[in-house]
Amino acid sequence: MFVPGNNPAMIKDAGIYGADSIMFDLEDGVSLDQKDAARYLVYEALTNIDYGDTEMVVRINGDDTPFYENDIKAMVKAGVEVIRLPKVESAAMMQRLEEKVEAAEREFGRPVGSTNLMAAVESAEGVLHAEEIAKASDRMIGIALSAEDYTTDMKTHRYPDGQELLFARNMVVHAARAAKIAAFDTVFSNMNDPEGFYRETRLIHQLGFDGKSLINPRQIEMVNEVFTPTEKEIVNAQGVMAAIKKAREQGSGVISMNGKMVDRPVALRAERVMKLAKATHVIDEEGNYLGK
Amino acid sequence: MDITHTATAGTLESSDIQVTLAPGGDGIDINLTSDVIKQFGDQIKASITQVLNNYGITSAKVKAVDKGALDIVIKARTVAAVQRALDIVDQPKWEVL
Repeated sequence: MFVPGNNPAMIKDAGIYGADSIMFDLEDGVSLDQKDAARYLVYEALTNIDYGDTEMVVRINGDDTPFYENDIKAMVKAGVEVIRLPKVESAAMMQRLEEKVEAAEREFGRPVGSTNLMAAVESAEGVLHAEEIAKASDRMIGIALSAEDYTTDMKTHRYPDGQELLFARNMVVHAARAAKIAAFDTVFSNMNDPEGFYRETRLIHQLGFDGKSLINPRQIEMVNEVFTPTEKEIVNAQGVMAAIKKAREQGSGVISMNGKMVDRPVALRAERVMKLAKATHVIDEEGNYLGK
Repeated sequence: MDITHTATAGTLESSDIQVTLAPGGDGIDINLTSDVIKQFGDQIKASITQVLNNYGITSAKVKAVDKGALDIVIKARTVAAVQRALDIVDQPKWEVL
């Protein structure tokens, strides 16, 4: 969930809504003459407010701005978990960021390698280089599509059916899978169109995205509703896991359930369903379904 | 270190504090406006003074309009105001943070 970096009220309350990840924004959400003030506000929040086990991310300003280097230094000093770089167009941009981050980790006595990186692609150039960007660094944990700049670059705009984003979304999710990192979809900014939000979230879930960037706490429950496994999916996954366990106990290399062979992709999907079910708290420690 | 010109940071929105620093005076003179001045006035002034001391500023006129800011917000806004007043926005004193 994006949180504007210069808004004390929103920063103070950001942790209470149950977002998996909070992303303080120093870029588009902050006016040019307040970049320094936002940087110190976010620094103080990261170093003093307990956001529990929520992943803490900061979107810094781009590497073509005068704010880039001081943003990196302040956020690394604050011990942020993930730095997200906007408008990434090449692996070289992420590698330059990695060098700056490592230098800041050494300068401020942070463990080298402790700051992870995320890239946002927002142009045709960035989308076409999605794979090299996703593989640019061992610190990469995710790649995201940012659709407003992208559609402008493509000389179009956003439409309700999302056809204009289909290629970019597929590029981003393929790049993420090839690099074994997470894929995050763009924001949906019309808060008065919940149907549109659900439609878009179902689409990106179907494409294989790991999550969606949000701009309002009201969207958290909606996105979780789409991404949380159903009872039927969980029961099926539990059946697959039980069949795997039984086959292992019997020393059998062949796994079968209800008379059908369970091959590796089915087993991997079942594992993923169970992980998601645990993460979304719809099953307890013993695997009993608790309901959505 | 002396403040050379007036600088402001922060807003008048809820949970924020607007801190304005100006040169002059003997020592640090803080003019604080806050709905919770009776409960937290001394603490707010102490937080502002602490940041100024960390920058080695011994004299300044400070106008602070508090709208229910947390201590971390008071510190962040004072840091931003000091760095603007000292013209070191682009070369922050990292050790003060």
